[in-house]
Amino acid sequence: MTFEETRGAALAAEGRLPSERVALVDLLDRLLAGGVVISGDLVLSIADIDLVRISIRALITSIRESEPYDVLDQP
Amino acid sequence: MAADAGTYLYAVARDAGTTLPADLTGMAGSAVRAITGSGLAAYVSTVPLDEFGEEPLRRSMEDLDWLDRTARAHHHVVEAVARLAPTVPVRLVTVYSGDDQVRALLDERHDDFEQALARVAGRREWGVKVYAGAGEGSSGDAPDEGARAASPGTAYLKRRQASLRSREEALRRAGARAEHVHDVLRSIAAASRRHRAQDPQLSGRAEGMVLNGAYLVDDDRGEEFARALEELRAQGGEIELTGPWAPYSFAVLDDPAGDVRGDGGAA
Repeated sequence: MTFEETRGAALAAEGRLPSERVALVDLLDRLLAGGVVISGDLVLSIADIDLVRISIRALITSIRESEPYDVLDQP
Repeated sequence: MAADAGTYLYAVARDAGTTLPADLTGMAGSAVRAITGSGLAAYVSTVPLDEFGEEPLRRSMEDLDWLDRTARAHHHVVEAVARLAPTVPVRLVTVYSGDDQVRALLDERHDDFEQALARVAGRREWGVKVYAGAGEGSSGDAPDEGARAASPGTAYLKRRQASLRSREEALRRAGARAEHVHDVLRSIAAASRRHRAQDPQLSGRAEGMVLNGAYLVDDDRGEEFARALEELRAQGGEIELTGPWAPYSFAVLDDPAGDVRGDGGAA
């Protein structure tokens, strides 16, 4: 996992970050705690996976537990 | 579709009639295609269930390299779609048994997707992280007030107390700074959310993270947001910006059954 924040911030100022520059941990904040969760007619979703190994489980639970978002002024 | 293949869903967007880059690939190099219906487009690719079935995935999820590749492949597709039209990203690893199930999803949840799209259209997500400054959140410099005490033991205890007080004070200051940054930024944002602070082992930073915020900002307030961030930076302390992101942290469907799953923090 590389840490490219300074470069990342510079790129962010220029526009969109190339995906390979995005730090994995920032991406996982969003991909594991965000995104639409669909229940129902699925083969599988990550929400269903009972993770076994401690390292990844710790990583994922540490990322998942974030506060629900707070909408200030809905259109 | 073969029984040993599934349909991996990346994102749902307004069907703007635009076409994806022909060479866009998703999971394991698979071609990305759109399933359209009711004015919506679901972006999917076919994945082998010997990698994306439940049992193999249980094993793969223990592999950080696999998770890295998968997260980046997912992100790559979401970014490409979000460039074309308002988009709600779907949670990582959402797999259907076939395209028909995805078509049914667009039909059944059409209004929910429209609502979610209306929330994020014309807005982008920015990530802002605030770290405790040098000396904040670490042991800090203990004031020397115990040095002239009567005995070495008493002097040690006094220094220790002073050090703890100074550490608590520093953390309190960093926490207050985080609240201030969050309050300023969310007053500009249409919506905000605080992700859990990243563990130092994950962030690669020794200083504690005191804010890991996500802000959904109207495109025409982007400059105002950037200016506010610069002013906050000038007030001191280290602030990092990431983005713009597709609106991952704000993609929520209001479940008709009231059965909101998956977010441990959603209460």
